[in-house]
Amino acid sequence: MIRVLLPPHLRTLAKVKDEVALEVAAPVTLGSVLDALEARYPVLRGTIRDHVTLQRRPFLRFFACEEDLSHEPPDTPLPDAVVSGKEPLIVLGAIAGG
Amino acid sequence: MSKVRVLVGTRKGAFILTSDGKRQQWEVSGPHFAGWEMYHLKGSPADPNRIYASQTSGWFGQMIQRSDDGGKTWEAPGGEKMPAPDGTPPPASNKFVYDTSPETGKPMTTHQFYDGKPHPWEFKRVWHLEPSLTEPDTVYAGVEDAALFRSTDGGKSWHEMAGLRGHGTGPKWQPGAGGMCLHTILLDPSDPKRIFIAISSAGAFRSDDAGKTWKPINQGLVSQYIPDPKAEVGHCVHRIALHRSRPNTLFMQKHWDVMRSDDAGDSWREVSGNLPTDFGFVIDVHAHEPETIYVVPIKSDSEHFPLEGKLRVYRSKTGGNEWEALTKGLPQKDCYVNVLRDAMAVDSLDACGVYFGTTGGQVYASADAGDTWSAIVRDLPGVLSVEVQTLP
Repeated sequence: MIRVLLPPHLRTLAKVKDEVALEVAAPVTLGSVLDALEARYPVLRGTIRDHVTLQRRPFLRFFACEEDLSHEPPDTPLPDAVVSGKEPLIVLGAIAGG
Repeated sequence: MSKVRVLVGTRKGAFILTSDGKRQQWEVSGPHFAGWEMYHLKGSPADPNRIYASQTSGWFGQMIQRSDDGGKTWEAPGGEKMPAPDGTPPPASNKFVYDTSPETGKPMTTHQFYDGKPHPWEFKRVWHLEPSLTEPDTVYAGVEDAALFRSTDGGKSWHEMAGLRGHGTGPKWQPGAGGMCLHTILLDPSDPKRIFIAISSAGAFRSDDAGKTWKPINQGLVSQYIPDPKAEVGHCVHRIALHRSRPNTLFMQKHWDVMRSDDAGDSWREVSGNLPTDFGFVIDVHAHEPETIYVVPIKSDSEHFPLEGKLRVYRSKTGGNEWEALTKGLPQKDCYVNVLRDAMAVDSLDACGVYFGTTGGQVYASADAGDTWSAIVRDLPGVLSVEVQTLP
């Protein structure tokens, strides 16, 4: 199972309290995990990626295993530790605003 | 006994204030959608328990929320549906895509940016939701960058009414200081094909064929801050209001100037009269007296607070020109809040109730048509919008 950690507002939207666990077929990539996340929680469509361009929203970043994956293409394979479920893919909101 | 439900959108959530017809004791519910900017909430005239809400965030974009029980519970329309077995994605209530089709979109590629250069249209947020007067599942959305969208399935999916951007002047539209927003949508109760809208800072527009075609209705507006003060478009209209019994009479609070039209916007004349300043954002009409109107004068476009630190609503019982200050119960010293364009509303009780919210988080109410005021709440986040439902 792939673990995904969402920022608090998206957890509220998706009505989940903690991490999300997703089944994702190999090869597990950034894009395939986000596809699975949005299929499981349709309310999140458009909140992480633009509906049409599928570009990451500017104030969100993707991290895994202390690596910044935000600027990687969607077909980038995720680290083995994420694929095995040892580490989560983290969707992080920028610290900005008031 | 009748009840009143006040829907308040703030910078950090939505609040619902309820009272009986006396409007003396209030219950406060919220924050709903805590931490999100709630630009606007509005109930369906055809089904008062149906409420639509615009929920936005610089991080996560736009959401549309809907309640079918008067605001007790909410859902993102369509958001709970899984994809269909054939893989067809379900409709997305937060998907606002500009029409670029050759048939209806025409080449609507750019508007003007602040510097006058062409700039592509980019959806940012929904400023205003206007439910149909007769169909609970039909609702209009005014968005930034300025465009009009409509949903006919209860907010599950949205389609641009592209005739507005495509009527010809769109490439000349420019954003106001708050962004290029379509903030006012008025549905004519006597003519289902007539719609009025207003854009900052393009001006006012009217459709007489249910939104297919549009024309600017800005004749008579004079704006000294644009190259041609009497231009067809480019005026920073802040708000328009009408009385349902006389929909050909429109009242406008412009960037500067309070204006009036008696021919459905074909021509305007100034009715600022003895106002201490004619800059402001809100304007509204008494529920039972079509010539009684309300504004909240703000010092200037560079100082967005009341004159002399005195929060004063001004009322005209003559459709403009002759104004009286309403101050009883409002702070008359050291008050430097603003009242934003969607933050005033009236109920339809007798006597008419008037409500407005401030950027300082107060929501003031008058149960006697403005003669006296009191704060329902004082310490909410900055108020973006106020709407009122009068319930049986």
